Amino acid sequence: MNRKLNTYRAMLLPYSIWAILFILVPLGFVGYYAFTDDSFHFTMEHFVRFFTATSSITEDDGTTREVRTYVLIFLRSVKLACVSTLICLLLGYPVAYIMSRAKEKTQKVMMTLIMIPMWMNFLIRTYAWMTIMQDTGILNNILEALGFGRIRIIGTETAVVVGMVYDYFPYMVLPIYSIMAKMDVRLVEAARDLGCGSLSVLRRVIFPLSLPGVISGITMVLIPSISTFYISQKLGNGKFFLIGDAIEGQYVANNLHFAAAIAFILMVILLAAMALVKYSTERYVYGGESE
Amino acid sequence: MKLGSKIYTTIIFLFLFAPIVVMLIYSFNDSKSLSVYSGFSLRWYKELLNDRNTLESVKNTFILAFSATAISTVMGTAAAVGINKLRGAWYCRVLKTATDIPMTNPDIITGISLMLMFVFVGRLVGATSSLSFWTMLIAHVTFCLPYVILQVLPKLQQMDRSLPEAAMDLGCTPLRAFFKVELPEILPGIITGAIMAFTMSLDDFVISYFTTGNGFETLPIRIYGMTKKTVTPKMYALATLIFFVTMSLLIFSNVVDNDQRREKKGRKDPYSIQ
Repeated sequence: MNRKLNTYRAMLLPYSIWAILFILVPLGFVGYYAFTDDSFHFTMEHFVRFFTATSSITEDDGTTREVRTYVLIFLRSVKLACVSTLICLLLGYPVAYIMSRAKEKTQKVMMTLIMIPMWMNFLIRTYAWMTIMQDTGILNNILEALGFGRIRIIGTETAVVVGMVYDYFPYMVLPIYSIMAKMDVRLVEAARDLGCGSLSVLRRVIFPLSLPGVISGITMVLIPSISTFYISQKLGNGKFFLIGDAIEGQYVANNLHFAAAIAFILMVILLAAMALVKYSTERYVYGGESE
Repeated sequence: MKLGSKIYTTIIFLFLFAPIVVMLIYSFNDSKSLSVYSGFSLRWYKELLNDRNTLESVKNTFILAFSATAISTVMGTAAAVGINKLRGAWYCRVLKTATDIPMTNPDIITGISLMLMFVFVGRLVGATSSLSFWTMLIAHVTFCLPYVILQVLPKLQQMDRSLPEAAMDLGCTPLRAFFKVELPEILPGIITGAIMAFTMSLDDFVISYFTTGNGFETLPIRIYGMTKKTVTPKMYALATLIFFVTMSLLIFSNVVDNDQRREKKGRKDPYSIQ
């Protein structure tokens, strides 16, 4: 018996070493760099800089005002990521529902269709949206031909949100769909038989049951959209820096310690947010009852 | 499906496919413009074939993806077997948590964290540039491993646990039992995991961006460089080609999976009592 176990331990060993060296230790390095200066002495200056650094921005009406640079970038990232996640949820939930109710063959086709855009490199996907939305782009040509006149989209927050919604939409639909496909249809029928209207069935039966899928959908969209750095550069025309842009900018400028500090803050906030989501849904799903 | 649902899904799919259609059409555009279509031409595909640096980066991408897939598939499969057997042990629970980290952490943090370590170690050993093909390979293996493990592990759990036991009772060593009994059973999981790892590696930009150096350039990194300047439809030609390569790979993996399922359905348990 012992020999058997040892064989399995030996099979596990390479991965264990790998996981420690290249997953856990690097995370430690983020913390180490974040709290040290260039000569690796302890310092809090990066965090102080993050929360206090200011710069002046010019408003549309020509007035300038002082803002806290990184706090503003951070809040903007959170805002745009939340808006994108919400739009993904609102657009994706009905798709997942329709899909789960369709014939098996239709389900398979729809699933493939939803996944196809993911097979194109995300840089190119984003770039293609830039060509669609730019001032002389396809969308504006269509609008003009229809007599609406041209609009300015590239370089607005709307464009960034469109890019995020597009890039991460499948991550919202697929987990919700996979939960809904497994849902017991008889529960819905039972609710109907007991006099539930369509809306009430959705609110009282379908939505609570699909909640685990919704939660993983939200996490899978929120995390990449809060940390992205290419979408904002291209679709925001470089005007809307996000937290990812800040990290990348510091990396390019070779300020590794400050980049690590921003990454550290991002990581801590994300962990806290995930814990909060998990805690609140557990209370919601189980109604706060003690088990 | 009701009419309303049909209209709704059609609109969503129009949104999802708009950029792909744009890319396909403009890769065959005769002019340099990315907004005016002036006739069909294969000009950009020809130019692509004459672009040495891009072809070099395609080669690099495939070398990297093949190496990362090979390493992560072997190591990940072995790890999945180990985790499945030693499920209760404390280090297995730690390991499973560690496996989740690259999946849930944003790519930028995975990239930055590896880069910081490489730079630090590079400075310790006094290397002039610490980032190269090798650091990128390590990074790719690291983010591919969870995909392999998470594909293989469920197949192991579905498998009849008494089968390898029986093989060992009949005198197989655990290793031999693994190759003779378990491996054929979990092979579909391994193949799916390997294909996922391969496509992830082909497609990755963020982690590669932070861990590459020494002039080693993969395709996504080259595309990133290209989109910093004005872009010609050459990039769309390239994207169209990659798109079809990835698509055929995934269709292939689907076919493998379906075949396996059909075979399972058709196969009757020879020892069941009728």
